[in-house]
Amino acid sequence: MVVLGLLVTVVVTSEGWSNVRTTFFDPGDFADAFPAVLDGFWLDVQLFAIVEAAVLVLGLLVALARISRTPALFPLRLLSAVFVDLLRGVPTILVVYLIGFGVPALMLSGVPSDPLVLGGIALTLAYSAYVGEVYRAGIESVHPGQRAAALAVGLTENQTLRHVVLPQAIRRVAPPLLNDFISLQKDVALVSILGPLEAFRVAQIEAASNFVYTPLVAAALLYLCVTVPLARLLDRWERSRRR
Amino acid sequence: MTGVLDVRGLTKAYGERAVLRGIDLNVPEHGAIALIGASGSGKSTLLRCIDLLEEIDDGDVLLDGEVVTDPAVDPVAVRRRLGMVFQSFNLFPHLTALENVVLAPVRAQGVARPEAEAHARTLLARFGLAGREDDHPERLSGGQQQRVAIARALATRPRALLLDEVTSALDPELVGDVLTAIRELKAEGMTMLIATHEMAFAREVADEVCFLHDGLIVERGDPEEIFTAPRQPETQRFLRRLLDAGRL
Repeated sequence: MVVLGLLVTVVVTSEGWSNVRTTFFDPGDFADAFPAVLDGFWLDVQLFAIVEAAVLVLGLLVALARISRTPALFPLRLLSAVFVDLLRGVPTILVVYLIGFGVPALMLSGVPSDPLVLGGIALTLAYSAYVGEVYRAGIESVHPGQRAAALAVGLTENQTLRHVVLPQAIRRVAPPLLNDFISLQKDVALVSILGPLEAFRVAQIEAASNFVYTPLVAAALLYLCVTVPLARLLDRWERSRRR
Repeated sequence: MTGVLDVRGLTKAYGERAVLRGIDLNVPEHGAIALIGASGSGKSTLLRCIDLLEEIDDGDVLLDGEVVTDPAVDPVAVRRRLGMVFQSFNLFPHLTALENVVLAPVRAQGVARPEAEAHARTLLARFGLAGREDDHPERLSGGQQQRVAIARALATRPRALLLDEVTSALDPELVGDVLTAIRELKAEGMTMLIATHEMAFAREVADEVCFLHDGLIVERGDPEEIFTAPRQPETQRFLRRLLDAGRL
C-alpha cells in the first residue's frame, strides 16, 4: 500500500504528468473511443472462446499422441513431439505472422484466407502445444496403480483413460490450464497484425488519428475486465482444491 | 485336473533380473491357495502376470482350461473374469465408494446402472460399509478402503480372486476386518489366490500354502505341515526369521 502510494505520488508529481494525463487519461477521448474499442473487443472475446475450445481439444489430442505406447502409433508420437517443439520454440507473434501471411501467399484453393480465421488457427496451434504439455504432465502424474486397477476390473485401455486417468489428470492441471486461458485471452490481440478490427487494432487506429493514447488505455481496461475475474476464479479453484 | 487357474512353467524377467523362474501352480474350484515368501520373492509379479497386467516371457496361464496367455486372446476379456485386490487399495479417488464398485459392471460389462448399483450396495453393506456409499475414498479408513476394493473386485462376479498382500498397508487394528471379509468369501466357496504376510491367516484359511523363494515355489503343501514341519532349508530359514521377529 505504501509502495503503491509512493509510486502514485512519484508519477503524479513528475514533470511530464500533465502531458501524460491529457494523452493517456482524457475522459473526453475515452468516451469518444470506447464504443468502437468495445465493439472490437467483442471480436476478441468471440475469437478467444472459439480458439480456447479448439485448443482444449487439439491439446488433448497432442498429449494423447505423445503418451501413446503402441508401436504402430510411432509416427504420430514423433509428429506430436516435433509439433510441440516447433510451436513452443517460436514466439507466438511469429506463428501468427507466418500463418497469417504465409498461407494466403501459397494461393491454395480451398484454404481459408480470412485473416481472422488464419489468426485463430495460428493461436490454436501455438496454444495447443503448451496445453498439450500441461495435459501430458497431468496424465503422467496419475499413479500407475490407477491404471492397473482400472485394467484389472476389466476396462479397456480407452475406458481406463476416459473414466479413470483423464478425470484425475484434468482436475490436477485445471489451475495451469486456466492460467493458459488468461494468457490466450491477452494474446488474441496478436491477430491485430493481420488486420482484423479487434480491440487493440481499433484502439491503435483511434490513437493514431487523434494523436492520443487514451483509446489504448480503454482497450487495456477491457482486457482487465476479463482477465482479472478469470484470475480470481483460478484462485478460488485452487483454494477449494486445497481444502 | 485343470482347476480354475492353472499356471505352467511361467517365467518373467525384468531386463536381466529373473523374477519368476518357472512357476507351476493350480488353484482348484473353491480352493484358496496362499503364496508366502519374503518381499521380492515374486508373489506380486506372479499375481500381476496371471491377471495379464504384465507380459510373461514363457509358460502358460490357463483359466478354466483355456490358455489365456496366448497373444490371440483378448486380455480385457480375461481380466473381466478375474478379480484383483491390491496392497495399496488403488481405489479411484475421484469416484465415491459406490461409483468405484459400479464402474466396471456398467462400463465393461454393460450391466444396467440400477441393477449394478443395487448389486454394489449389497456388496458394500455385506462388508460393513452401508451408509458409506457416497463417501470418497479419502474419507474412509484404510480398512474401509480395502473392503471397498474387495467389493469392487467382486462386482464383476469373477471366477477367482487374486489378493496381493491386501493387509500389508493397513494399521494393525484395521487388519482384522479385512481378514474377516476374506474368511467369509472362503466360506462361500470363492476361488482365491492369496499373496500374504499374515502367516496365521494363511494357515487358517488356505487349503494349500506355496512358499516362493527367488522366483521359484520351493515348497508347497498342507498349511499345518508347512508351518510346523517345513522340509526345505529356505522355508525353515524364512519361518525361523518370522518367529524371531514375533510374527508367527
